[in-house]
Amino acid sequence: MSSAARKRLVTALLLAPAAVWLLLFLVLPFVAIVVFSLGERAPAGGYQPALTLAQYANLPARAAAFWNTLVLAPAGALACLLIAYPVAYYLAIKVLPQRRLLLVALIVIPFWTSLLIRTYAWMYILGGRGIPAFLELVGLPDVRLINTPGAVLLGIVYGYLPLMILPIYISLERLDRRLLEASADLGATPFSTFFSVTLRLSLPGMMTGFSLVLILLLGEYLIPTLLGGGKVFFIGNALVDLFLQSRNWPFGSAIAVALVGIAVVLLLAANRITARLSGARQVDLL
Amino acid sequence: MAGQQTLDIEFRGVSKRYGDVTAVHPTDFAVPKGAFIALLGPSGCGKTTCLRMIGGFEQPSTGQVLIGGTDMADVPPYRRPVNMVFQHYALFPHFDVSANVAYGLRQIRPRLTSSEIARRTADALAMVQLGGFGARKVHELSGGQQQRVALARALVNRPSVLLLDEPLAALDKKLRTDMQIELQNLQRELGITFVLVTHDQEEALSMSDVVCVMNGGRIVQLGAPDEIYDRPADRFVAAFVGKTNFLDGTVLENATGGARIRLANGMDVTARLGGAAATGARVSVSLRPEALRLGTPAGEAGLSGVIRNRIFLGSTAEYAIEVPLLGTLLATADHSAAQSDLLKPGDPVAISFNPGAPLAFPASDNKTTQRESSHVEIVS
Repeated sequence: MSSAARKRLVTALLLAPAAVWLLLFLVLPFVAIVVFSLGERAPAGGYQPALTLAQYANLPARAAAFWNTLVLAPAGALACLLIAYPVAYYLAIKVLPQRRLLLVALIVIPFWTSLLIRTYAWMYILGGRGIPAFLELVGLPDVRLINTPGAVLLGIVYGYLPLMILPIYISLERLDRRLLEASADLGATPFSTFFSVTLRLSLPGMMTGFSLVLILLLGEYLIPTLLGGGKVFFIGNALVDLFLQSRNWPFGSAIAVALVGIAVVLLLAANRITARLSGARQVDLL
Repeated sequence: MAGQQTLDIEFRGVSKRYGDVTAVHPTDFAVPKGAFIALLGPSGCGKTTCLRMIGGFEQPSTGQVLIGGTDMADVPPYRRPVNMVFQHYALFPHFDVSANVAYGLRQIRPRLTSSEIARRTADALAMVQLGGFGARKVHELSGGQQQRVALARALVNRPSVLLLDEPLAALDKKLRTDMQIELQNLQRELGITFVLVTHDQEEALSMSDVVCVMNGGRIVQLGAPDEIYDRPADRFVAAFVGKTNFLDGTVLENATGGARIRLANGMDVTARLGGAAATGARVSVSLRPEALRLGTPAGEAGLSGVIRNRIFLGSTAEYAIEVPLLGTLLATADHSAAQSDLLKPGDPVAISFNPGAPLAFPASDNKTTQRESSHVEIVS
């Protein structure tokens, strides 16, 4: 066997497990979902073969779920970004190096507890016996926090903030400090240096964090269920409803395909914007 | 003061401490307008700290840094009339070459017109022979080209002082020599004060008008390059700037023309004194390798030894010669076929030198020198 052929064989062997995994658990299920989405609901629920776009035409029936997801997921990701950036900046640039490890650990530690339990905690804090009860004591009755978009947004920011902080922290930590000195040396005020150097060079980190959080939020199910009650629901909640309760698999599949399409478009746009803003250097978000 | 107009940089009692470590002891020095000064010293001698205090990246613990006669105490880096060429250049990776060079121009208020910025950027790139490279990405350039971009980026702002922090350290030897000449030409053409920080004595000697040798946070000697080389102020400077041999000896008598010194092998030499040394004091006598002549004994003094190694350097050759009771001496000789025949390892050889060559330093300087200097130093 020639050495080139052997190299190709080794490459193929190394890639095989991942390729098989992706084929079995990503490509095939996705093909199945696409096929389902073109079918019809069987009278007793489930799937019945057909070739129709009727399910897609029916998407507006779930407009509320799309609307909630497409407003609250980007809003949540943006809120995470705005809160995470100063934290990451402080951790990477301002804090004394000997304290840095401790503070980074403090940010990661909440991950050791299940998101379910932490979100349950918020349910009680925001629920009738939590903050509203306290507000009533001080003379502000009838404040409702739980089951509002605000509660869902709060849960989102609380749950996903660390995922946003870490990539931004890494990009800022790797930032060459001499570039900041060079900028100051060339007459740029600290304000100007921040916008022309620091922010620009941390953009890939910001976009990584933003994309990561956004993708996870588009499929979010838990937080809207617990903190949104039946009132603020996401596409994820609609899917559970369609597949498990009303057993309308084809319609659920159509929604799932639409969601994937939306995610791809959003990611491509984010990638394009990052590439343009941070110079033409290759930016790999995921 | 009338003198202030001609001074670009002045240190008045400037010192810098980090906690209980003193990086720079109280220092006074002044750089006249249009000079090319090199701050030379081993790593940790405080030269970079001095440069960074001029640039405004470090604040002096005591004293004043003046630029163009103005105290810079509360002036941040972005308001100082100086620009810096950083070690490893610190070019902005997210901008192309033009945008890097234009960066300083874009900070000027009131704003320059974009045609003015484009014109000055193009001029600066042409000046460093990078015309037509404006659209390149920084990472597409070689080390030498990046170096030129850094230079153009600093000079485009027409600073009154250009600071250079080890600018040539990352270049290979051939390129370094070319850039030395180019920097010298640029400095003469522009008439800007250049302050160069380097640990490379060759670089300092070859480029600058004034060399400021630093050690342990203090200036040990300030003078023209040939003065530093020929009349080093102490043993450290003699060892750090160029190569030299140190021979142990004792002062026999102290006269105006020079001291009479008995070397460890019993031979007497006359040497200039590079410091106070009373009769009977122990001294180190410095003899530059190129001051030694090999062959038959001649002149006032003569030593003899055996050649141990021959290091061929092209135009010259260096010989390590073992001299009984004095240790191994380094001698440089013009390379010629006759000599290479004559001087082989194992051959006995006679060493002579001009009467003016030996320079004696009080031996008490020894301890600082040996710790700080990483350069070739042969002490018996």
